[in-house]
Amino acid sequence: MTVLINALRELAGLFVDDGALALMIIAVVVLTGVVATLLPEVPLVAGGILLLGCLTALLSSVARANRR
Amino acid sequence: MTGGLALVWPVITAAFLASLVEAVEALTIVLAVAIVRGWRPAGLGALAGLAVLALIVVALGPLLGHVPLRLLQFVIGILLLLFGMRWLRKAILRAAGVIPLHDEATAFATETAELREQARRNEARLDWIASLTTFKAVLLEGLEVVFIVIALGAGRGLLVAASGGAVAACLAVALVGLIVHRPLSRVPENSLKFVVGIMLSAFGVFWTGEGLGVAWPGSDLAIVGFAAIFLAVSAAAVALARRPKAEAVS
Repeated sequence: MTVLINALRELAGLFVDDGALALMIIAVVVLTGVVATLLPEVPLVAGGILLLGCLTALLSSVARANRR
Repeated sequence: MTGGLALVWPVITAAFLASLVEAVEALTIVLAVAIVRGWRPAGLGALAGLAVLALIVVALGPLLGHVPLRLLQFVIGILLLLFGMRWLRKAILRAAGVIPLHDEATAFATETAELREQARRNEARLDWIASLTTFKAVLLEGLEVVFIVIALGAGRGLLVAASGGAVAACLAVALVGLIVHRPLSRVPENSLKFVVGIMLSAFGVFWTGEGLGVAWPGSDLAIVGFAAIFLAVSAAAVALARRPKAEAVS
């Protein structure tokens, strides 16, 4: 059981290192999905939110790590 | 399936570079085990890891064809964003000197020291531990390679191109490792991770957007634009966070 839990933990570690960064990325994707659904005629607005949101998430994660 | 031609080389390059990093990391551990305990347990563990990987690919590979393309692009896009931006964040922090650079020679020394300590404590079980160590290393690094290949190739029917890039990288590392018999510490792993993190993040934004119905300007070529934007922002982040080397903490 411990081996399985460790394996799953390592697998999750491939995608999540800084939990706050992962949460921000998911939040950006959800927001993009909502905007894409509400404004299907201007999909680039959703695209812009996705790109800018990801860049903001990255920068804030780096800034947080830098302050530690 | 034929993919967008504009994406073939970016996909091959990204798969090659990302797999190169993973293969170098796996090789370091296999070499450490082989030097401390011999090639037999190291090789057996590595082969078992490759066999399990092959089973996973054979078992799950055909399922990809049954997933609707939009859903596949969306899920892969999110996973690529998580995976790629995790790499990019770490590469930025390393380039800025906030955390120490990854060093294969240090990783090799740590691994051999751990194995020697285990040998001192429990000689009888060591072959088993040695095989398990290489098995785990090959399986985990291999899973990352498989993920990268699927993530880069599946969204546009470029699985063969992505697999080609990954296989070429793994074969090259295995061949050089067999010849030199020491960790490939001269491979600029940190720079590679920086480049690959940028490429994977760019692909992640592209696939996630496509999965949500965003028609990107320039179609596939938008990925190049995203990569340029990620590069510029990452370079700025490195410059803003840069610290003297002595300050880097582990």
